[in-house]
Amino acid sequence: MDFVKGLSRRSVLQVGAMAAAGASGFVPTRFAIGNTAKVKVGFLLPYTGTYAGLGEAITNGFKMAIEERGGKLGGREIQYVAVDSEANPAKGPENTNKLVSGENVDFIVGPVHSGVALGMVKVVRESGTITIIANAGAGAATGPLCAPNIFRTSFTNWQTAYPMGKVAVDRGLKNVVTMSWKYAAGEEALSGFEAGFTKAGGKVTKQILVPFPSDEFQANLTEIASLKPDGVFVFFAGAGALKFVKDYAAAGLKSIPLMGPGFLTDGVLKAQGEAAEGVLTTLHYADALDTSENKVFRAAYAKAFAKEADVYAVQGYDAAQLMVQGMAAVKGDAGAKPALIEAMEKAVIKSPRGAFTLSKAHNPVQDIYLRQVKNGKEIVIGVADKALADPATGCKMA
Amino acid sequence: MDVWFFLIQLLNGVQYGLLLFLVASGLTLIFGIMGIINLAHGAFYMLGAYLAWWLAGLTGSLVAAVVLSLPLAALVGYVIEALLVRTLYKRDHLDQVLLTYGLILIFNEAQRILWGNDVHGIAMPTAVNWSVRLTETLSYPVYRVILSGICAALAVVMYVVIAKTRFGMWVRAGASNRDMVAALGINVKLLFGVVFAVGAALAGLAGAISTPISSVAPGMGDTVLILCFVVVVIGGVGSVKGAFLGAMLIGLADTFGKVFVPDFASFTVYGVMAAVLLWKPRGLFA
Amino acid sequence: MTLHLPKRLAIVLVVLLAALALFPLWGKLVFAAKFAFLMQKLTGIMILAILAMSLDLLVGVAGLVSLGHAAFFGLGGYVLAMMSPQYEAANLWVVLPAALAVCALASLVVGYLSIRTSGIYFIMVTLAFGQMGYYFFNDSKAAGGSDGAYIYVKPTVEAFGITVLDLEQKLTFFYVALGVLVGVYALLRMLLASPFGRVLGAIGVNEYRVQGLGFNPMVYKLVAFTIAGTLAGLGGFLAATQYGFVSPAMLGWHQSGHVLVMVILGGMGTLFGPVLGAFILELAHFAFESMTDHWLLPMGAMVIAIVLLLPKGVAGLLLQWSKGKGAGE
Repeated sequence: MDFVKGLSRRSVLQVGAMAAAGASGFVPTRFAIGNTAKVKVGFLLPYTGTYAGLGEAITNGFKMAIEERGGKLGGREIQYVAVDSEANPAKGPENTNKLVSGENVDFIVGPVHSGVALGMVKVVRESGTITIIANAGAGAATGPLCAPNIFRTSFTNWQTAYPMGKVAVDRGLKNVVTMSWKYAAGEEALSGFEAGFTKAGGKVTKQILVPFPSDEFQANLTEIASLKPDGVFVFFAGAGALKFVKDYAAAGLKSIPLMGPGFLTDGVLKAQGEAAEGVLTTLHYADALDTSENKVFRAAYAKAFAKEADVYAVQGYDAAQLMVQGMAAVKGDAGAKPALIEAMEKAVIKSPRGAFTLSKAHNPVQDIYLRQVKNGKEIVIGVADKALADPATGCKMA
Repeated sequence: MDVWFFLIQLLNGVQYGLLLFLVASGLTLIFGIMGIINLAHGAFYMLGAYLAWWLAGLTGSLVAAVVLSLPLAALVGYVIEALLVRTLYKRDHLDQVLLTYGLILIFNEAQRILWGNDVHGIAMPTAVNWSVRLTETLSYPVYRVILSGICAALAVVMYVVIAKTRFGMWVRAGASNRDMVAALGINVKLLFGVVFAVGAALAGLAGAISTPISSVAPGMGDTVLILCFVVVVIGGVGSVKGAFLGAMLIGLADTFGKVFVPDFASFTVYGVMAAVLLWKPRGLFA
Repeated sequence: MTLHLPKRLAIVLVVLLAALALFPLWGKLVFAAKFAFLMQKLTGIMILAILAMSLDLLVGVAGLVSLGHAAFFGLGGYVLAMMSPQYEAANLWVVLPAALAVCALASLVVGYLSIRTSGIYFIMVTLAFGQMGYYFFNDSKAAGGSDGAYIYVKPTVEAFGITVLDLEQKLTFFYVALGVLVGVYALLRMLLASPFGRVLGAIGVNEYRVQGLGFNPMVYKLVAFTIAGTLAGLGGFLAATQYGFVSPAMLGWHQSGHVLVMVILGGMGTLFGPVLGAFILELAHFAFESMTDHWLLPMGAMVIAIVLLLPKGVAGLLLQWSKGKGAGE
């Protein structure tokens, strides 16, 4: 049983470190650990199953940012521990715990799935482990469940959808049908859109929710055609987004503008082909963003991993940036949590998406871009909402 | 609700049902003749889709990709039968369940290693990339019509083969009494190997030909698997006719469930299955 | 069905149990920094083992292969989540009986409807009910929807106004899970040794013969289904208590299938087999995952190897070994 041996070998090292820390008594941990022990960063991401591609991109982005910044955090070497979340919420707490108390990680980066995020938040709220959510958009994580040690470098579902409401009205779309899978992420996005849309004077004529993960959309497309709305707003991602956009076009509905959070086309645009032409999306990032940061980032990513960067890679990249800034401020002393958290709160992240800061609820205050597919390419039309902050309803820190 | 709307939804349901039949038919064959609960059926569906995507990239032709992926899926099926499944015929059914569960894990990992984690799609061949206009706002993609035609044709072929040929006779005999097939002096080993390969090929074919209207992604076999079992069980295990009707029923129930009782759409498929089995505990045709 | 345990096997099992019970002592020395996590991991496995044993009553004894068993597991957890007040602890003497009663009632109804089918049809009917349970909690806002729900404060165990057990204490909870595991095993053993259990076991072997002897198999199956569902609910109650989190995925068919694999892999109808199955499957997962990114591969290979080499699961191997040795003496 090699694995047992591996465990004990590592454990011995940890015992050593703890003994050293203990011996130095009341001396602040900063000096006890010094720059010798490695910082442990745990990934709680899906590496198998439907969301495996997202887990891979986040990990890649994260490691790339670290490498670019000298491969260290606050002067300390890094040890990565990856746990496959399997995107299984039932195992969320246990898998988090594996990182928190099994590996004693200093940081957690993850997860993709909202349900896993909630299970994770439950554990790290108790353990106080500094956690950076690099994808899951569940509003609750930086809302009622917000905590000083929980950060997010991605988005809330609300953020990616709310700005489209005004855009739709500005474009003369008054009656819109919304559609998504019947799960929290989709419903949060739809209600975000509806909030922005009704505020601007639009009206959601019908909300369609289909069972997750069914991808047979014909019945609902027929329904949409019979309702003849001015526009359609949907939340789908990955394989479902690919199929929905193709089915929508094949059903001859292209005369009705299709809108959604950017996950509708991100990563699947090429596979969608012609069908995606004209699709209007809002997101905190766009592949085509014309900034030098983004271009440099994309070139480096393509070179390192022989594949195009996507929004998930950006979120992982920025999680690393946030961590780097925090750890630099405390000179690598991950145990100095209040100082570390304060530094992270004040961080300005020079992201490929454009610079952003964090709200009091620890969620990015970021520009949301309006993008459209033209000639098979995602074009950035402009900023749909500048420096948009999630309302963070229910968060006591906000 | 006007009549047109209803008729188009009917069309949607039938078309979905036909597709479900194609995926499920291989499962009912394997179950009926060999008595094997093949959890890896969804994995063969995924295999077909990935092979088609991969081969379409290499050959540049969807037709060539589908034609080539068919024997490959059959071969994989045959090899698995010969190496693994064959050793378990005298065992409890649940041992076969466990074996095919292990196979799912291996298939999923193999997919990851061979083809990566990304989501793929196949462009619709230009010749069939057009739609028939049904109403002012709605069109019907012609590829779906073609797909339905293929599925319906296969259903007819399967029906004829099973009702009229010697092979079909074995199949029917096997479905009702497995020992009798052996007693008749048929080479059971070969028959089972072929049946398993055909079942795998049918699942692979379904995966391959639906790629232009679907997506090729990790975990795609999972959802399909459960639907297949639902279809097969509603129809009555081993009955191709039953699988056909089961598929139609589920196709229609799913379609109309989504439109007329959206709040309960998650339940329709399972509700229909439970209702059928409570009414007829051995499926519609068994 | 194996009721009598050969002496050697009994000794092995008692040694394993003792090793588990004493883990908080020796685990600290061997695993040091990982100890805290491993103890919680073992607690989690014990809870799954309870679920697996309850399923064994159906699969291994009564011949009823259920693919919806996790639904009762999840239901037990959800009853706790829904009955727990946000800021104070629920009283265990109220919430536990309530959870068990709800699970008993639900399994009675589902069982009543399901047992008229058999074989694969039974598998699929139970799958259908399980999935309905899954979507019920996934779709309904009342219980947190697809993201799941929290139990903020764990239930307290009070007697005469004094806190007897503090479930927040991880060590206490470890022993609570161990106690329930042993208790459920003993309960099921007693049940199987009783006239009821003997008839039930006979039904698993040949239902028609039992019917011919004048028993009504339906009644026996229904009682077994209800008992199994209630015990699954007990497991789910513990699972929800452990991390204070419930999710619809607890009820889904993946979870049901996972437990079924534990039962078959461990050895059906032996009660201790499924417990071993739970430990083997979970620990192998843990080990493979820490060795390689491609952990599905060794996992799949292990499952296939066990099914090919061990016809009656791990328990079958142990039984054969202990009997063979016993005969030699």
